[in-house]
Amino acid sequence: MSAEFWIAQSFNGLSYGALLFLLASGLSLIFGVMRIVNLAHGSYFMLGGYVGLTVALRTNSFALACLAGAVAIGLVGMGMERFFLRRLRGEVLGQVLMTIGFALIFQDLALLIWGGDPYTVPIPKMLTGTVRVGGAVFPIFRIFIVAVAVVVGLALWLAMDRTRVGAMIRAAVDDAEMAQGVGINVPRVSLMVFALGAGLAALGGVIGGGFLGVYPGADFEVLPYAFVVVIVGGLGSLPGAVAGSLLVGLLDNFGKALFPELSYFTLFAPMAIILAIRPTGLFGRI
Amino acid sequence: MIRRRALLAAVVIAALALAGPWLSAYPLTVLTQAVIVAILAMSLDVLLGYTGLASLGQAAYFGVGAYVVAILTTEHQMGLLACLAAGVALATVTAAVFGLLAIRATGTYFLMITLALGMVIWGLAYRWVSLTKGDNGIAGIPRPTLLGIELIAPLPFYYFCLACAALAWVLMGLLVISPFGLGMRGIRGSEGRMQALGYNVWLHKYTAFVLSGVFGGFSGTLWAYYNGFVSPNDVQLVTSVETLLMVALGGSGTLIGPALGAGIIVFLKNFVSVYTKRWLLILGGVYIGVILFAPSGLVGALRGRRR
Repeated sequence: MSAEFWIAQSFNGLSYGALLFLLASGLSLIFGVMRIVNLAHGSYFMLGGYVGLTVALRTNSFALACLAGAVAIGLVGMGMERFFLRRLRGEVLGQVLMTIGFALIFQDLALLIWGGDPYTVPIPKMLTGTVRVGGAVFPIFRIFIVAVAVVVGLALWLAMDRTRVGAMIRAAVDDAEMAQGVGINVPRVSLMVFALGAGLAALGGVIGGGFLGVYPGADFEVLPYAFVVVIVGGLGSLPGAVAGSLLVGLLDNFGKALFPELSYFTLFAPMAIILAIRPTGLFGRI
Repeated sequence: MIRRRALLAAVVIAALALAGPWLSAYPLTVLTQAVIVAILAMSLDVLLGYTGLASLGQAAYFGVGAYVVAILTTEHQMGLLACLAAGVALATVTAAVFGLLAIRATGTYFLMITLALGMVIWGLAYRWVSLTKGDNGIAGIPRPTLLGIELIAPLPFYYFCLACAALAWVLMGLLVISPFGLGMRGIRGSEGRMQALGYNVWLHKYTAFVLSGVFGGFSGTLWAYYNGFVSPNDVQLVTSVETLLMVALGGSGTLIGPALGAGIIVFLKNFVSVYTKRWLLILGGVYIGVILFAPSGLVGALRGRRR
């Protein structure tokens, strides 16, 4: 085990954590405002990847692919929230079954439209290749993922902490009824947050499609990761999503590298320990 | 009320037993599958319907039971009773460990933790290749022999599974009408009040959790014999959620409802997939339809009409 191994694996874990952050921050926000366990969140990731793939192949623009994926899936999320999930407020089991129903439908539709073959979203030339620092080699695309996650994280933090809309969202997270009482349009906040969460997951899907690829089954593959991130970090907490993503990214990467046969176990066992000590996750309050 | 339910159970089991000889091999096989999956659905009902805990990891115990049978029969040629005992025992141990972690949590957290714990088992099945053969699964599980009777042909195996399901049904039925079962239902109604009344809420929930795992594992052991093949698919999240759907579709908190739900889903799956490849699309529609149009399940809808 050389120093290069540790540096390279740490960086891989970091960049995977960055991708997880895009996926899980949305899930965490959605849960915070609406108390919804959204099992279709992995589907947003996959569908985002597919939409991004199609747009990237037609237009040759990666930026346009990211935008189109995020907007299209954001709209899908809005539709789900407005017409199906809103009426199930407070019914956990109903939400689970409803969102899994959508997840299955999305899975089958994706198979119908894009077929069963795996694809990779084409990425621009400037993001390919590697950077060499000392003895360690860093793929540029992975650096790009980390940069995107940092920008998104900062933007989310500024928006939540410094703007009027952010204050409305935080109020709705804390106490939806009181927020409604002081004149905040909570249903509209929910709708926006749902669109934002779905869009972020889709953005993760397009970017993830550049190095993990897009393929059938990606939805249910990333979903448990997103869940572990928000469980470890604490539901509805942005700092929690950051910490959870990093931890899960690193644990998963080192687990796969060091104990390949037990790799999922090395991911989920620490989560169980954290929960045993802090049942609401590292930053959770409820 | 209890007498009427017992009578209903006896009639259902007798009808299923009498139907056996009249059916040809394929419908009989599907019916066997339904009977096995019904045990799984009822095991989840003990937790969800009677204790009010929605678990997203029921496939874990099912999978543990199935894998134990698969490994013991193919690698060690062990007999039926030893395999059943080992499978149920390991599923029980798994549930006992998972319960310690999960019971602390409530509501949504419980849901997510059981999901993640279920994924631990899936991860082991998928990655621990030297034990589970990974994604390829374990094939070639032979049908068992019981007391010198070979249960290879569809009909004897059907009767064996039906007897097992009847036994499980009776045991779970006795559980939910026992004083302990009343305690479980009290917790579903109001945890705080039960606490105030001096009930050990944690112990009730934990015991229900473990017992639910016992029957989930039992169903998994039968499944391994039925299918002759186990793979990580049997343990995946979708299997857990499908079980939840069966409970919701039939009507939670009734035992017979989830069994009925299991039957409907198994039949739909087997017959619809003959005619169309778009089974998932239809299943997804069923999920959404149940929530929109029959939120209390079929049994609930029937009861509502009678009133």
